[in-house]
Amino acid sequence: MSHSALSPTRPDVSTQTPALEVRGLGKSFPIGGLFSRQSVRALHCVDLTIGRGEIVALVGESGSGKSTLARCVARLEKPSAGAILVDGVDVLKRDRFQASRAFRSRLQMVFQDPFGSLNPAHRIEHFLRRSLTIHGKGGPESETQRRLEELMTTVGLQADMLNSYPHELSGGQRQRVAIARALAVEPQVILADEPTSMLDVSVRIGVLNLMRKLRDEQGISMLYITHDLASARYLADRTAVMFAGELVEEGESLDLLANPAHPYTQLLVSAVPDPARAGSYDPVRRAELRQAVMASTGCAFDGDPNQACSASEPVRHQVGDAANRHWVRCHLYRPRAGAGGHALATEPVATEPVATEHTDKKASA
Amino acid sequence: MTVSQVSFGSHEPVLDVKDLTVKYVGDTRSTTAVDRVSFSIGTGEVFGLAGESGCGKSTIANSIMRLLKDPAKIARGSISFGGKDVLAMSPEELRRFRWQDVAMVFQSAMNSLNPVLTIGEQIVDIFTTHAGYSRKESLRRAADLLELVRIDPSRLKSYPHQLSGGMRQRAVIAMAVALKPSLLILDEPTTALDVVVQQEIMAQIKELQRELGFSVLFITHDMSLMVELSHRMAVMYGGRIVETAKAQDVYANPRHPYTQALMGAFPPLTGPRVPLTGLPDGVKFRNIPDLTEVAPGHLVAPFGADAEALVLEGAAR
Ligand SMILES: Nc1ncnc2c1ncn2[C@@H]1O[C@H](COP(=O)(O)OP(=O)(O)OP(=O)(O)O)[C@@H](O)[C@H]1O
Ligand SMILES: Nc1ncnc2c1ncn2[C@@H]1O[C@H](COP(=O)(O)OP(=O)(O)OP(=O)(O)O)[C@@H](O)[C@H]1O
Ligand SMILES: [Mg+2]
Ligand SMILES: [Mg+2]
Repeated sequence: MSHSALSPTRPDVSTQTPALEVRGLGKSFPIGGLFSRQSVRALHCVDLTIGRGEIVALVGESGSGKSTLARCVARLEKPSAGAILVDGVDVLKRDRFQASRAFRSRLQMVFQDPFGSLNPAHRIEHFLRRSLTIHGKGGPESETQRRLEELMTTVGLQADMLNSYPHELSGGQRQRVAIARALAVEPQVILADEPTSMLDVSVRIGVLNLMRKLRDEQGISMLYITHDLASARYLADRTAVMFAGELVEEGESLDLLANPAHPYTQLLVSAVPDPARAGSYDPVRRAELRQAVMASTGCAFDGDPNQACSASEPVRHQVGDAANRHWVRCHLYRPRAGAGGHALATEPVATEPVATEHTDKKASA
Repeated sequence: MTVSQVSFGSHEPVLDVKDLTVKYVGDTRSTTAVDRVSFSIGTGEVFGLAGESGCGKSTIANSIMRLLKDPAKIARGSISFGGKDVLAMSPEELRRFRWQDVAMVFQSAMNSLNPVLTIGEQIVDIFTTHAGYSRKESLRRAADLLELVRIDPSRLKSYPHQLSGGMRQRAVIAMAVALKPSLLILDEPTTALDVVVQQEIMAQIKELQRELGFSVLFITHDMSLMVELSHRMAVMYGGRIVETAKAQDVYANPRHPYTQALMGAFPPLTGPRVPLTGLPDGVKFRNIPDLTEVAPGHLVAPFGADAEALVLEGAAR
């Protein structure tokens, strides 16, 4: 296997119709009871483009709308606003497109929860066979059998597991079945929602290398949702950062992680666990960064005649060299989270949430 | 052979697993998921368990909770908790044991909440049934718990499907610490959490743990997180423990080739992109022998020439 692919082999995306284009996507969910007026603004005005053969990582806060974005694109959720173009075709305008085999053979999603996404009544073989059918590869049974076994090996599973039921598989084994199921279709676009979160690092690297190989050899495009910044950097050409339902920063992966410009991205990068600085969690520094994210008052681009700032409208500033396609949303523009709030908005509470009684167990070390 | 001598906190182990062997006996496939595993966790100690996907970590956790179902069989070994034989507990003892003594965040946490009850109702339930608090008091505590895991208390009214994957995971973490158990088992509790929230929640758990003195069995694939949080850790492969020591020692000086592969396979956050491989294609470990002590408190399964078969099965692809 050649690894020359590790140098940026970005296709010339400008001249082609992008594989996926999302414009001004918005989505609100009602929460609370039937008659409640509360709603969560899960997505607001999201613009994202993925070129053919491009891998884009989507990282960001838990609850910031990453899965919702993928689910809207996969047509599992109806957006409240915006347009979604797959291969230049506006899929929202095409109703029959929704359930059509053509759409599913073009675009596949790997779901975030491997415990909820495999129907417990079926054997593993069933899921993969069905995907092969979507792809339209009927063929002789011997060929199908060969392909099934090949798919299992590709994701590092033994072929005899084809006979197993999902409950007989470990978390990481299910995750790999979910990946194999999407690959069986040989789609052009894969939306992978945390596909490797339950794999040990050595298997994970194998899967990431596999995805890169598929991109290099078959030109597959991919949205790779992850919390693992290092793997985003390893696999993705570009990385986009989501916070409170909006994209706040995006750029060539190496550049973005080396020069994070938005306070939230800076916070994110600072929180990556690192055994070399064990016990590195510094509540004081954390509080400062949180403060910067929640109440940004200054913008680094303020006063730059070429880059207008705005507290009322989301403006994108270019960061550094244009070749890195790195932009950051103006810091002056404050996140407006929906009714549900988001994780950062919840201040850390004193670490005595429910502790009052229980004196018996106090072990002063 | 026990390694409780190097326990932190008290020297009295809270949990003692000896020689545990668990098999899944199926008609198509029989697996020895856990093979002669021994370890113990001291009071107030955080013990990490890492290893290959499918190596038996969740099976160990389920054995401790006595949640194994057919066709799983505990073929040999013992589990004792606070000196009590867990495998001999009556259904009544088990009920108390499961929530009050030991609480677990399942790997399937995202999928383990009751879909027809709101998050609030589910947390309140725990308090009213197991702690005997009034509804009002339970609600107040439920709101506190959600805040602990960075969820806005207004979400008490949300149903599980209205929460993101990470929010559901956080709700389950909140429920597990609700009754302040003496042993908390966390099976990949943070796979859906961004690193900021993950770090804050783990810091809170660690803080609570220091304060209340409970013990933690922490299963994760995130080696950095494990090394940061655990006092001691064990690395498993194919149902067996291949290495165990203080977490810092495993990190600084991994001895077993599989541990070395684990420690060397995470891509860096700086520098050029370099291709990485996990274990070289086709490398499998078989017939892993018992651990031997290579340094004080550092135990490794012997490997190499004749002690262990390192089978090159030919490239898988
Ligand atoms: N069906 C729904 N009804 C109501 N609210 C919803 C629904 N689905 C998602 N939400 C809300 O939308 C927001 C975004 O959720 P989403 O699942 O997209 O987050 P995420 O970025 O994938 O988070 P995570 O990393 O934790 O999985 C959350 O506040 C969530 O509670
Ligand atoms: N009900 C079952 N029937 C048959 N085999 C099973 C069953 N449950 C688990 N297994 C097998 O036992 C082995 C250990 O599974 P376990 O869930 O303990 O792994 P794990 O270490 O938690 O892996 P992961 O990190 O992927 O979650 C796996 O090979 C799995 O396929
Ligand atoms: Mg999600
Ligand atoms: Mg598991």
